[in-house]
Amino acid sequence: MAAKAFQKIFTKITQITKATCTLKASGVGNDELATVNGRLAQVVKIANDEVTLQVFTGTEGIPTDAEVIFLGKAPSLKVSELLAGRFFNAYGDPIDGGPEVDGEEIEIGGPSVNPVRRKQPSELIATGIAGIDLNNTLVSGQKIPFFADPDQPFNQVMAMVALRAKTDKIILGAMGMTNDDYLYFKNVFSNAGVLDRIISFINTTENPSVERLLIPDMALTAAEYFAVEKNEKVLVLLTDMTSYAEALSIVSNRMDQIPSKDSMPGSLYSDLAKIYEKAVQFPEGGSITIIAVTSLSGGDITNAVPDNTGYITEGQLFLRRDSDVGKVIVDPFRSLSRLKQLVIGKKTREDHPQVMNAAVRLYADAANAKTKMENGFDLTNYDERTMAFAKDYSTQLLAIDVNIGVTEMLDVAWNLFSEHFTPEEVNIKQELVNKYWKK
Amino acid sequence: MSTKGIVKGIVSNLVIVEVDGAVSQNEICYITLSGTKLMAEVIKVIGKNAYVQVFESTRGLRVGDEVEFTGHMLEVTLGPGMLSKNYDGLQNDLDKMDGVFLKRGDYTFALDKDKLWDYSPIAKVGDTVKAGDWLGEVDENFQPHKIMVPFVFEGEYTVKELAPAGKYTIYENIATLTNAQGEDIQVNMIQKWPVKRPVTLYKEKPRPFKLLETGVRTIDTANPIVEGGTGFIPGPFGTGKTVLQHGISKQAEADIVIIAACGERANEVVEIFTEFPHLDDPHTGRKLMERTIIVANTSNMPVAAREASVYTAMTMAEYYRSMGLKVLLMADSTSRWAQALREMSNRLEELPGPDAFPMDLSAIISNFYGRAGFVYLNNGATGSITFIGTVSPAGGNLKEPVTENTKKVARCFYALEQDRADKKRYPAINPIDSYSKYLEYPEFEDYIKDLISEDWIEKVNEMKNRLLRGKEIAEQINILGDDGVPLEYHVTFWKSELIDFVILQQDAFDAIDSVCPIDRQKYMLDFVIDVCRTDFQFNGFLEVMDYFKKMINLFKQMNYSEYKSENFYSFESELKKLIAERA
Ligand SMILES: Nc1ncnc2c1ncn2[C@@H]1O[C@H](COP(=O)(O)OP(=O)(O)OP(=O)(O)O)[C@@H](O)[C@H]1O
Ligand SMILES: [Mg+2]
Repeated sequence: MAAKAFQKIFTKITQITKATCTLKASGVGNDELATVNGRLAQVVKIANDEVTLQVFTGTEGIPTDAEVIFLGKAPSLKVSELLAGRFFNAYGDPIDGGPEVDGEEIEIGGPSVNPVRRKQPSELIATGIAGIDLNNTLVSGQKIPFFADPDQPFNQVMAMVALRAKTDKIILGAMGMTNDDYLYFKNVFSNAGVLDRIISFINTTENPSVERLLIPDMALTAAEYFAVEKNEKVLVLLTDMTSYAEALSIVSNRMDQIPSKDSMPGSLYSDLAKIYEKAVQFPEGGSITIIAVTSLSGGDITNAVPDNTGYITEGQLFLRRDSDVGKVIVDPFRSLSRLKQLVIGKKTREDHPQVMNAAVRLYADAANAKTKMENGFDLTNYDERTMAFAKDYSTQLLAIDVNIGVTEMLDVAWNLFSEHFTPEEVNIKQELVNKYWKK
Repeated sequence: MSTKGIVKGIVSNLVIVEVDGAVSQNEICYITLSGTKLMAEVIKVIGKNAYVQVFESTRGLRVGDEVEFTGHMLEVTLGPGMLSKNYDGLQNDLDKMDGVFLKRGDYTFALDKDKLWDYSPIAKVGDTVKAGDWLGEVDENFQPHKIMVPFVFEGEYTVKELAPAGKYTIYENIATLTNAQGEDIQVNMIQKWPVKRPVTLYKEKPRPFKLLETGVRTIDTANPIVEGGTGFIPGPFGTGKTVLQHGISKQAEADIVIIAACGERANEVVEIFTEFPHLDDPHTGRKLMERTIIVANTSNMPVAAREASVYTAMTMAEYYRSMGLKVLLMADSTSRWAQALREMSNRLEELPGPDAFPMDLSAIISNFYGRAGFVYLNNGATGSITFIGTVSPAGGNLKEPVTENTKKVARCFYALEQDRADKKRYPAINPIDSYSKYLEYPEFEDYIKDLISEDWIEKVNEMKNRLLRGKEIAEQINILGDDGVPLEYHVTFWKSELIDFVILQQDAFDAIDSVCPIDRQKYMLDFVIDVCRTDFQFNGFLEVMDYFKKMINLFKQMNYSEYKSENFYSFESELKKLIAERA
């Protein structure tokens, strides 16, 4: 980004920390971009004539007489149809060797949608995965993360969901992604022949971590363009939001803010909410759906990042290896889609809500029976039947390699019910039992 | 001349303004940013520097930008026309804003300027009146909306003139009052009130005692809340706080429902204004939206306005209470409000209290809950604000400042539990830890005996004892195994499961089960307690489980059937047969 004639140049830096530098300057706007010896930086604090800049690539090697140029605008992205199919870095500059994108320049991290201009989400996103479609149905305009330990195949499942979902655009925001995973996504998308619907903003582990802070807003600015201007259905994939939060904590801790839980800034909830709340369904048909990844450490969801995320998103998806059947399943206990009730039994067959709950309840009974067995107690006949049911349920429905339609999922569930239980044990409304119980 | 200032420093939405005259704490000012005026509130003053929190994004703001002070604190506009509106946290009418996105500095009027209201006078010429007294009334969505002597008027006034019944806009004068000095003052239908100051224009605030029916069994039957009572719902994410609050706001027997969405999801607000216009108020048959006001500061809206939003909602509640109405106020989630306070306090570099919350958090919470209550107005009429707030404890751990400080002031505690939610035992309110202090009030006991039955509280207590006993036995069975405990333990355990499944659990998404009127609650509790008091004959614990599962299934079918319908009775007679088999 070249300096223009009217831009003011300053050269007296008075203070440097690892992520920030402070200098005397005037006429500077809050949030404005600047370059410090060519490195991109953003105004984060102004006190009289002292301006503090957050330097995205870090301040290593910055001298006190560095040339600071203020650019007179907040970080922005040029949006147009030409974004489709392209790969960008955190600043929105192409990294695929292609030309600069032409279009209207929009400041990222823009204003929120007026709630009364939203529409209630109501469109089911079918993924074929029963652990999702049956138990945790996704809806356009929803925001939902995978909560997963680093060794779980969340990127694969996310890519699978993205490809099966019927959307107009898929926008990938990668934060602290390994280069291998980046190439994996690139491969999957190009093999599926959908590269022209994909837009990627990439920050890998090889890029400076503070740069990541720009990724979600870049991705969502592009998403808003397609959803608002073009009325398109946009799916935004953000992985990994824990890396994003780590970058936040680096910056805030270096600005002497009092850290809150797990050394995260006190504003973590608002910072994450600003991103996730961009998920929206518009009355004109456009929508932004956000599927994110929040990596956990040792499955701990009480850590500030997953905890705050859970309070913001509309549910969460957990993957787990079920050692009884040797498959990765979508955990029915801890996973939840909060918007499912907007579609189940309405856009899907009437028995969906009750079948879903009954199956999970029986699966819970099986877990109790298993504990009993492990504690060395005798199992009742009912216990044994629930455990047999659990195995079938896990293999035929919960496993992530299942790929069937929702009605078929319901039929499979009724089959399992009648195979293992009596109608009283299943506890479903009588009229549904009369209609669907397999004799 | 009003005070002016210029911007000296900016950190996020905290701005330091050098002022040229007097400013007061909590005074509102407007900062001009390239032609747009951004609203802000003074939160600290040191010498010539006023620290203001801006209710908008400060992107692009510069040192040297101009600031104008208004001389008043953050106020709401009160008058007919608030019902069924969607406001932001500062009472801007969201429907009046243009465009898909919220624009900075777009402030819209809270009421309708041109609408004509059907007015009739209540007071008479010559009456002596004071602030809060009723001068007349208009019909607002079928509620008798009282036009009152403005709350800010001090001392006594004589009614000199009153407009005759007819149609008027909110700006037209409907009364002329004469003060003690003999000056005449015109009164129209609108008034303003600073949101952080409680409205205390009532004669008396006794302990509340009348049941506020919510239609939720685990509340009304087990831990009832009362008109003018306070309650709070803490729970980890996803355990059902919002579903429960929405349920209560649909079903509760209140005249006015105000929902403050405080730092939560926009889609949850959308759900309310999408569904409420079509849903019937179970008590009046009118549309739910007609009695509802939404105050929405969703989590992506500016943080400072989040703090304001709960006060905005409370002040509107106080206004309707002064009309002698039953107001139900819900805030979801009060933790977000506390976090907004924390963010600001950190930016001000104040000495932090526990978990970096401000030191005076406890006082702030208790003052807020203190504004709820049941009151006798000056004219003897009653009014109430029932307040229920949710709390979102970090990591689901109830040992944190917001939960602990709320527990000190709220009289009902509805503890949502992860384990129950995981087991889909909704509503996931833990029946043993939760409580309602109102059950201990003798005046409530008298009231409920009169309303339901002489032995009601006795049965409720029996139910709770059985639940506790059931829990203890479950723990023993876990340690000793099914055949390590006597047979009657199994029976006692399954009786507690029966109570759990039939009384406590309730399907919020089933059209029938979701609302359970109090007479139906009585019917079910009587029936369940009868079963619990019955001696059954069994030959082994397996029989116990099978038998009770059948019973639970039939009871649930009853819950899903329309009350006293043919279906309802047919399941009941099946149940009676089943009971007779072993009794
Ligand atoms: N009474 C109920 N009946 C059936 N399902 C329920 C009930 N209560 C909650 N749920 C389920 O739990 C989900 C989460 O509930 P809710 O949104 O109320 O949680 P919350 O406690 O408000 O969470 P957060 O703190 O994240 O806002 C709902 O979407 C629904 O699927
Ligand atoms: Mg909630």
